[in-house]
Amino acid sequence: MKILIVDDFSTMRRIIKNLLRDLGFTNTTDADDGTTALPMLQSGSFDFLVTDWNMPGMTGIDLLKAVRADPKLASLPVLMVTAEQKREQIIEAAQAGVNGYIVKPFTAITLKEKIDKIFERIEGGDS
Amino acid sequence: MIEMNETDNENLQLAKKYIELLESGNRQEADDVLAELTDIRESQLFNELGKLTRDFHETLNAFNSDDRITALAEDEIPDAKERLNYVIQKTDDAAHKTLNAIETVLPMCESLEKSLSGLGSEWDKFLAKEMKPQEFRDLTGDIKSFFDSSGGELNVVKSNLTEILMAQDFQDITGQIIKRVITLVAEVEKSLVELVKLGGKIRLPKDQQDQGKTQGQAAADETGVLEGPQIPGMETGSAVGGQDDVDELLSSLGF
Repeated sequence: MKILIVDDFSTMRRIIKNLLRDLGFTNTTDADDGTTALPMLQSGSFDFLVTDWNMPGMTGIDLLKAVRADPKLASLPVLMVTAEQKREQIIEAAQAGVNGYIVKPFTAITLKEKIDKIFERIEGGDS
Repeated sequence: MIEMNETDNENLQLAKKYIELLESGNRQEADDVLAELTDIRESQLFNELGKLTRDFHETLNAFNSDDRITALAEDEIPDAKERLNYVIQKTDDAAHKTLNAIETVLPMCESLEKSLSGLGSEWDKFLAKEMKPQEFRDLTGDIKSFFDSSGGELNVVKSNLTEILMAQDFQDITGQIIKRVITLVAEVEKSLVELVKLGGKIRLPKDQQDQGKTQGQAAADETGVLEGPQIPGMETGSAVGGQDDVDELLSSLGF
């Protein structure tokens, strides 16, 4: 399971990376915004994407849209971890095809729950 | 040769005429021409002064009715103060959470270390065949109870380390808030510069003025796009109240 973590704050990338390692996901890479992340996704064989929303360069929502628009990446599970929590934004992310949405600040348990739920759905052929 | 406009030309003609009249000793007519020259100069000065006054008046009016400045003074500066207070609170929480976790874990590490070194020297004694049967029975009991307790203690260490890890999330949240306040400060700075310009009547070339304005507006527009972290007690109207509300909203959308 290869995971890409995208956030413009390096502390948050490290936190997510450590939490994921705790959950047994040891193969993680990170990027600081969508512009850097998209080519990495396109050239690497990532199985999961965790992204922030508000980033300079390319935002997380634009990255999500770009992923869904790319035939090779369209089915990549995407978990959004962001401080943005306006109703319209959550709806926009849902419509753009996000698989999970976590608002900051979050707990290790929330991260585990959302990831478990995403994989349950994928394994259940629901996604 | 310096290019002359119409007024300059007229002035030159009059000046030449004035010299001619003086040279020919026609003092009366020369005085008339000088008066005419002075009139032109005065009316130019009045025009300039009039223009300046109008500019000043218009800028002053524009400044007074600038909604951004009103918004900055009435809402955004107090709002920024709240945000910065929240930053203090978040960093304070994070520091205490980290220190608490460390204070719980350190004595545990110390007691683990002590038990280990005690067991180690007993084990050495056993290997050196200097141990009586009863001492060996005691040692196996000690080892068993060490196994039982150390596992639990290591779990506490691990969960406290995770807590320390999670406490670092303040940096992301406070970083986003401080970035917003910096944008605000930059905008206030720009308004102050405009005020100083107004007071000192420093007049920049027109294109430079326009450039400043569009940059300021772009910054103001940008802050409207993304709300960023919610500050407790000052949540925006359409923001949801945390992870549970997000989950509820998403499940209502069929998630």
